[in-house]
Amino acid sequence: MADLTTNFVGIKSPNPFWLASAPPTDKEYNVRRAFEAGWGGVVWKTLGEAGPPVVNVNGPRYGAIWGADRRLLGLNNIELITDRPLEVNLREIKAVKRDYPDRAMVVSLMVPCEEEAWKAILPLVEETGADGVELNFGCPHGMSERGMGSAVGQVPEYIEMVTRWVKQSTRMPCIVKLTPNITDIRKPAMAAHAGGADAVSLINTINSITSVDLDLFAPEPTIDGKGAHGGYCGPAVKPIALNMVAEIARSPEMRGLPISGIGGVTTWKDAAEFMALGAGNVQVCTAAMTYGFKIVQEMISGLSQYLDEKGLDSTADLVGRAVPNISDWQNLNLNYVTKARIDQDLCISCGRCFAACEDTSHQAIAMSEDRVFTVKDDECVACNLCVNVCPVEACITMERLDVGVIDARTGQPVAAEHGDWTSHPNNPAVAQAAE
Amino acid sequence: MDARALKEGVVPGRLDADALNAGFVDLHAPLTDHEALVAADRCYFCHDAPCITACPTDIDIPLFIRQIATGTPEAAAKTILTQNIMGGMCARVCPTETLCEEACVREAAEGEPVQIGRLQRYATDTLMAQGVHPFSRAASTGKRIAVVGAGPAGLACAHRLAMHGHDVVVFDARSKAGGLNEYGIAAYKSTEDFAAREVDWLLQIGGIQIRNNMALGRDVTLSALQGEYDAVFLGMGLGGVNALTAPGAEKEGVLDAVGFIADLRQATDLSALPVGRDVVVIGGGMTAVDAAVQSKLLGALNVTIVYRRGRDRMNASVWEQDLAAAKGVRIITNASPVAVHGNGAVREIEFEFTDDELAPTGQTFRLAADQVFKAIGQTLSGEDLPNLDGRKIAVSGPGRTSVQGVWAGGDCAAGGEDLTVTAVAEGRDAAEDIHAALMRA
Repeated sequence: MADLTTNFVGIKSPNPFWLASAPPTDKEYNVRRAFEAGWGGVVWKTLGEAGPPVVNVNGPRYGAIWGADRRLLGLNNIELITDRPLEVNLREIKAVKRDYPDRAMVVSLMVPCEEEAWKAILPLVEETGADGVELNFGCPHGMSERGMGSAVGQVPEYIEMVTRWVKQSTRMPCIVKLTPNITDIRKPAMAAHAGGADAVSLINTINSITSVDLDLFAPEPTIDGKGAHGGYCGPAVKPIALNMVAEIARSPEMRGLPISGIGGVTTWKDAAEFMALGAGNVQVCTAAMTYGFKIVQEMISGLSQYLDEKGLDSTADLVGRAVPNISDWQNLNLNYVTKARIDQDLCISCGRCFAACEDTSHQAIAMSEDRVFTVKDDECVACNLCVNVCPVEACITMERLDVGVIDARTGQPVAAEHGDWTSHPNNPAVAQAAE
Repeated sequence: MDARALKEGVVPGRLDADALNAGFVDLHAPLTDHEALVAADRCYFCHDAPCITACPTDIDIPLFIRQIATGTPEAAAKTILTQNIMGGMCARVCPTETLCEEACVREAAEGEPVQIGRLQRYATDTLMAQGVHPFSRAASTGKRIAVVGAGPAGLACAHRLAMHGHDVVVFDARSKAGGLNEYGIAAYKSTEDFAAREVDWLLQIGGIQIRNNMALGRDVTLSALQGEYDAVFLGMGLGGVNALTAPGAEKEGVLDAVGFIADLRQATDLSALPVGRDVVVIGGGMTAVDAAVQSKLLGALNVTIVYRRGRDRMNASVWEQDLAAAKGVRIITNASPVAVHGNGAVREIEFEFTDDELAPTGQTFRLAADQVFKAIGQTLSGEDLPNLDGRKIAVSGPGRTSVQGVWAGGDCAAGGEDLTVTAVAEGRDAAEDIHAALMRA
């Protein structure tokens, strides 16, 4: 059996599945039950400074979108940081950490952009015995209007400044949580790195309006006829998160900077993908909020089976394995030629591949009178759209043409050597260099 | 219709080989990968799921279905088998329509439950096809335990004891292990010799020795076992069959349904197995349905189940009743047998309609019959057994009998339904109790 134990910036946990800073980790009752269910660690829901806590709306704070069969795909929230008194949270954190010393206990923090505010709260957190802190520079709603959360995360200079304050004031590992509501994720990550962050975690939620009430003409969730944008998360954001994680992981300036992957992790496979792209662990929220804490059991058994099947002894062997294969478009091999293949035994003759290809792509699928669908190699550009719209797994696959085989579309034999845009004769830069 | 079908009497070869094979195929075909993913997608992963509560072995159904959905049917199988080592057979024979699938919230929502039974089979078949046995034995305890009966209860008990490091000897009266899985259920529920393959797979745990043709009371006694072993588990099922008291019940052609089903299961050539043209099955349980449907599949022209009470009292589920009807079996209720007619061999059987309190109404009818199967219940046989509760061995808690050091479970023990899955649960739980008792000592 593979070892799922992880060591993330010196914080050990029995598995790489942490609950993200969010409603599931807002109080002792929840966190104890999460640990009993098997979660490897938690990032406690964001604490604010001492004094009267923030307040939340008293109407709906979540909105959602669904796929077929009402499967929840995306969740939007307008909840703020913890609305419970600081001292209550600190007391509970201490109690839970004492009873679960083998689990990771990281505390999320968000206080005003003033050095004194950060210096005031850090010793209090240290005193709980927590393993580390996560700086919440990500929340895109409510708190950002008050100059905190993503308002900080969108200004790299602020990130660097606050991170430095924190590193100067505590022995605890410091994870900086990034907002995706920026243009280039590497900039805030670089700032955190420069400020001395031990790790970055991403992504926080994405600015969103999930739907509009067409009777009230107001965004949902609607509070007394009005709505405000919220933060979007869940399976729908995973591709965005994967890309942002990959951008940091492959950046030479940040090589080796630990990453905690967040964004739509729902199954073991999602977690493995984040880890292959460089995440040392993952944080989960929406999946737990949709299905309950028990889902971690599937994540544990699935990741364990996968590592065993791959002959990997531990999660550390998985982390970053896909990073060398993240490249730029210009480096992709143009001599890699594939054609779609339709397995007639699996095909149920729905015709979706035909509609997609005929109407919107390259007219590369033929349809017979008796509804047999076949690929026209002389038209197929291998775009993969048919694979993506086919409702049957593995019914349509892409088959690579061997070297020397004539590509019926171009009439040219498949070349053996790698050839990409950087050396392509149509590339103006290549033409210029040749002159 | 050809002459073979119309031929009177109990004769073999009423159908040709193709028709026989077509009839006895898997009742529920295995799910393909695509079907399994679509079916798994329908599970809502309910909290404290009603399906788990409805399962006598408490399999974590939402978890195993999620494991299928995420491409790890092997992990799903382990989730199943951890609770129910015969999860493969239970996936085939469980009346899921009255257990997990009846409780499924999608049954309430849409009248169409998640196909839990077929998904369970998908997972367990996947693992077994890989030849993987996902459990191993703890260090040897040096304790030896005798198990009587190699059916679902006995084997589940033996497996769990072996896992805990005990050495187990299983005594079984028959020449093959498996109990009713091997001899007692309809052939179309256990195709391709599944029962025997499952026993072989289960025994991979090691530490279990099976002694066939060893019947309690004939070849071995309870007191001898108690003397030789540290504990004894009784799981020999019900060896006897209730007698039909109607006059003429001794006539040729009046048979026990369980014997007919066993013969059918052990037959290597179904076309050599004789069956009547007009078959009457007396009873209202699963055994009655299994005997009736299989008679029909062997080519019997007219097959009738006659049950003394109303439909709602039949032990066979509505799903099983509908299966029988779909196969062309007629079901007559509220009628009790009063006489078997015939000169040596049965020719007709006479019934009298009864009211709901089983009181005779005076109205009788006769059914042509060249074969009559009695499926009116089985009884515990044997002497010098622990105290009984009614007609079964009395147990308290996890299978403890009135005799110190002797546990019992499965059909021979009181309480619980006479289902494979219940027997597995009782065998497993008794094993845990035996283990705890022996380790305390």
